[in-house]
Amino acid sequence: MARHFLQVEGLARRYPDARGKGETTVFENVDFHIDRGEVVCVIGHSGCGKTTILNILAGIDMASAGVVIMDGREVAGPSLDRGVVFQAHALLPWLTALQNVAFGVRSRWPDYSRSQVEEHSMRYLEMVGLGRAVHKKPAELSGGMKQRVGIARAFAVQPKMLLLDEPFGALDALTRGTIQDELLAIVRATGQTVFMITHDVDEAILLADRILLMSGGPHARIAETVAVTLPQERSRATLHHLPQYQDIRNRLVDFLMEKEKAGHPEEVSA
Amino acid sequence: MRASSKRWRAPLLSLAVLIVLLAGWHAATRPPAAAVGVDPAYAALVGGAAAGGGQTPVPGPLEVGTQLWHHLQHPFYDNGPNDKGLGLQLGYSIGRVLAGYLLAALVAVPLGFLIGMSPVVYRALDPYIQVLKPISPLAWMPLALYTIRDAGVSAVFVIFICSVWPMLINTAFGVMSVRRDWLNVARTLEVSRLRTVLHVVLPAAAPTIMTGMRISIGIAWLVIVAAEMLIGGTGIGYFVWNEWNNLSISNIICAILFIGVVGMLLDALLARLARLVAYRE
Repeated sequence: MARHFLQVEGLARRYPDARGKGETTVFENVDFHIDRGEVVCVIGHSGCGKTTILNILAGIDMASAGVVIMDGREVAGPSLDRGVVFQAHALLPWLTALQNVAFGVRSRWPDYSRSQVEEHSMRYLEMVGLGRAVHKKPAELSGGMKQRVGIARAFAVQPKMLLLDEPFGALDALTRGTIQDELLAIVRATGQTVFMITHDVDEAILLADRILLMSGGPHARIAETVAVTLPQERSRATLHHLPQYQDIRNRLVDFLMEKEKAGHPEEVSA
Repeated sequence: MRASSKRWRAPLLSLAVLIVLLAGWHAATRPPAAAVGVDPAYAALVGGAAAGGGQTPVPGPLEVGTQLWHHLQHPFYDNGPNDKGLGLQLGYSIGRVLAGYLLAALVAVPLGFLIGMSPVVYRALDPYIQVLKPISPLAWMPLALYTIRDAGVSAVFVIFICSVWPMLINTAFGVMSVRRDWLNVARTLEVSRLRTVLHVVLPAAAPTIMTGMRISIGIAWLVIVAAEMLIGGTGIGYFVWNEWNNLSISNIICAILFIGVVGMLLDALLARLARLVAYRE
């Protein structure tokens, strides 16, 4: 049987009710897979447990049921094999941009000399266009630059897979667009396998090979999978001229609107 | 022009307050105009005030100023156990404070880390901390004197016990409130536990720890005066008590002033150290 690079089977997350009796199920029966070099985006309303799924993949959260198998091994904890770009960048504020990236590099290659660590870190900071701001602390960087450092930090340890949790959610539209293009270029160039959470339909179409649509919680699950059948060479400038673009976009927006109507009362109670 | 005049406003106001205070002090302590006539030989024998039948007058600013100048000129003289320079006495006090304070830091910071990182240890030690923290450090003094049998070391112990709580509690709190995200970053990068403690938890908690250390040095400096009044021998607290026995009010006022200045300098030093470890998010 041909195994996929990442295989998620029967994943569920439940937690006890406030009153102590019974359980609330955030999501259950979540099955999906990602092949090597594939970019998969997840779209869904807030509260459906997207971030929890990502954290389980990252190994920093535990599932109530189900397994995650990556590259033939069960995911049972955090690993340098899975790089994470956090929602709120999560840079260490007392370190410079370079030191933040070097922090992970030193952990990945403990035998590296000081200059090797620096050289390697610089390469990834230059890749995200931050060559000149490497000695600045996060507080001195703009939101977009901070997120670039976060991306460089995740890429620099050369993980087998990259997990991005709404990495551009806090950025303005202009900056977001630029970084989306940069990320797309880097992912294509490196053949990186990516799992990404987003709220933005256009972002998903631009970046993803496949889009997972999650129904609203509680009892959320993956309702549909949409294959993005657009050519690999895409850019924000030309994306909306492609023939299938509107079809895919309509399908995603319809899904979100429908779920919003159907899932509204549930979401209030959750 | 306007900006520079604004800059001088506060110092000028400070100076005005000082002048008003000094003038008020001077007016309040002026000796009564018509003193009762006394035989000069008798006055020389028992002291002017006693001969007049009145109490020792509260010294005026001029008298205190002269005394202050004298102390500043000879801070380190040593004419035996009951007559040492103010600088020397302050030195003894600062030495005791630093010894007790540093010992407290050596205990409080590692223990605070343990409490902050382990909920079990936190719950186990919390009752002890809650009971021990509100005890006046001076209440320990008799017990310390009885067990340690050395007055100087007892004073250091009292400083230790009063500095340890703010440092311990702040360290534990700082360690407990390290952002989850930062710890997750370290976990996903497979950073070892020791490196996480040294490179993530310590710098993240450092500003809170420094706040505790600053509170501690303030309390330690408050307590040392009272402790030295009890143990006697040396130190600024003993000096104040000794001058009270000598009824030298101007010396007491000088000492009070110096205690304030040293306390301010200690606080400023800790504030500077705190700025070194501060970070902006």
